[in-house]
Amino acid sequence: MKTQTSFHPDEKGFYGDFGGAYVPEMLYPNVKELQEKYLDILEDSAFREEYRRLLNDYAGRPTPLYPAARLSSHYGTHVYLKREDLTHTGAHKINNALGQILLAQRLGKRRIIAETGAGQHGVATATVCARMGMSCTVYMGALDVQRQRPNVERMKLLGATVVPVHSGNQTLKDAVNEALRDWITHPEETYYLIGSTVGPHPYPDLVARLQSVISEELLWQFPRQSGRDLPDAVLACVGGGSNASGVFYHYLDKPQVRLLAAEAGGQGVATGHTAATIALGRTGILHGCRSYVIQDDDGQITEPYSVSAGLDYPGIGPLLSHLHATGRAAFYAVTDDEALAATRLLARLEGIIPALESAHALALLEKIPFTADDHIIINLSGRGDKDMETILKHIGE
Amino acid sequence: MNRIDRLFREKKQNILSVYFTAGFPERESTASVIRALGRHGADMIEVGVPFSDPVADGPVIQQSSRRALDNGITLHRILEQLEEVRNGNTVPLLLMSYLNPILRYGLERLCHDAAAAGIDGLIIPDLPPEEYLEKHLKIFREHDLKNIFLLTPQTPEERIRFLDEHGEGFLYVVSSRATTGVRDTFSEEQLAYFKRLATLGLKTPLVAGFGISNAITYRQATRHLHGAIVGSAYIKALEKASDIEQATRNFLRNLRADPSS
Ligand SMILES: Cc1ncc(COP(=O)(O)O)c(C=O)c1O
Repeated sequence: MKTQTSFHPDEKGFYGDFGGAYVPEMLYPNVKELQEKYLDILEDSAFREEYRRLLNDYAGRPTPLYPAARLSSHYGTHVYLKREDLTHTGAHKINNALGQILLAQRLGKRRIIAETGAGQHGVATATVCARMGMSCTVYMGALDVQRQRPNVERMKLLGATVVPVHSGNQTLKDAVNEALRDWITHPEETYYLIGSTVGPHPYPDLVARLQSVISEELLWQFPRQSGRDLPDAVLACVGGGSNASGVFYHYLDKPQVRLLAAEAGGQGVATGHTAATIALGRTGILHGCRSYVIQDDDGQITEPYSVSAGLDYPGIGPLLSHLHATGRAAFYAVTDDEALAATRLLARLEGIIPALESAHALALLEKIPFTADDHIIINLSGRGDKDMETILKHIGE
Repeated sequence: MNRIDRLFREKKQNILSVYFTAGFPERESTASVIRALGRHGADMIEVGVPFSDPVADGPVIQQSSRRALDNGITLHRILEQLEEVRNGNTVPLLLMSYLNPILRYGLERLCHDAAAAGIDGLIIPDLPPEEYLEKHLKIFREHDLKNIFLLTPQTPEERIRFLDEHGEGFLYVVSSRATTGVRDTFSEEQLAYFKRLATLGLKTPLVAGFGISNAITYRQATRHLHGAIVGSAYIKALEKASDIEQATRNFLRNLRADPSS
């Protein structure tokens, strides 16, 4: 784990104006303990050894960097897919879940709680809990329970308790609220295993560091595959920002690499049915950190919408907020239809069915003109098995 | 003198503070609720500003907040309502709000407008005391507003002393590991926690909240601490009420009744 870039948070967890730990006093001891211990634990050599071994032997890392030849010729450029979809459980979420469960063990916690949107983080958490013999409760919006049913069944089979959340839009935001309430109610024995680069400090940094394994591998994979040192651009989808943070991480301080992020436009940014936080959000506080948040003039959080449950969130992590504010990364809103079209295209050209979340990043190929000289990496954050019902509903066969 | 400070100077025990959600049950019931509470003996009133994502609140306040927002209440409107009711009312009034609606309104502007509307203090559960002390203390002082800190059973003694040292008005003693909500009785552990706090010799008055719902829990909390805050139980009483005045009178009478008789 490399520790020095100019994009680390300060002592209080701020990336520029974004971040911090805005938690009620009930969570102060838990958050404080994590803040004080996480770096020492992450850098401890026994931790690193165990984490590395699990990533390799259990999760299937390193994941391939795949030169997508037919996709490349379709767009007249060079596209490489980072195959996080090939990890155990089928998304990048496992990188984070494995790291945090080892951390929870070292903090002496016995009970794990998590929130999930697409269910990928819930499945990853249920998986690592089963692997470690720990109790697991996953909060999931009731709407997401319906639209990601295969993942609900997987979590149950893995021994987790899935609690449907009926407040708000019954999606990811509401699941986080309920997980936080659980944590407030059981602060001593419980570890909250957050699934993205959101929440109070140190979670955004913790999750980004654990996901940074993605770009750590790219540092040697990309030159091997392309014969070049650095890619021209790195593309990722953004919900809370964990897969984007992971794939951007080791390129953050290399300004010649363009960092491009796709957020969920839903039915269109202007329709009100959207989760495009950078397009519509204003600085605010949600789930313990200061970041861009979609909200009304009275500071009430706007219910988001996206066809993709993993991007259906009205906030975005503080690191990504900072990357936007400083211009280091460029953000684009991708609609449901564009993501669905990209899903179909990748299936037909490469024989890979992407998660609907990841398809948002693929859809950027339609929006951004790359040239025959460009070599770009797209983080294929997950696979589409979980989305088959939704995909079929929208695009038939 | 700030009305919260005056209250705790004049009354040393059995202080009853009542929380309700502004704009609930009706958008325009805020003023009637405050008047009824004042008339029937609440010593202090906490006006809840509803928020879409109230993470420290249990189901009852989540629902009242949702309904108040659906009724169309806003922080602007709440401040107007308070201005209407403040005339002649000497009961200390606090605003309880999550940070995001306050930031959107503008914290400095809110301090100004809240003070003008007769507010004596704020409770902002997700504003860390450290950040308050560093960044906002001055503006609160300028408007003679108290910022209320929370304590919980997990707060280590060193931090309790820190919060007490900087404490303003009173310390909000969260009774248990829980979000807000209704409980029938306090456990031995909770009672021991109240008792321990009472023996620490703190300078800031202590008021228990979360889980105070009836005469028993009110008595238990006020045996050791200066006062108690009721929220969810009162909201439940309002929810069912056809007449706010009557419901409030009955509720406060029952709460203060001798549970053993
Ligand atoms: C496959 C996949 N990609 C992306 C995301 C979005 O999360 P993040 O922005 O944290 O990577 C999710 C979330 O569930 C996911 O399952």
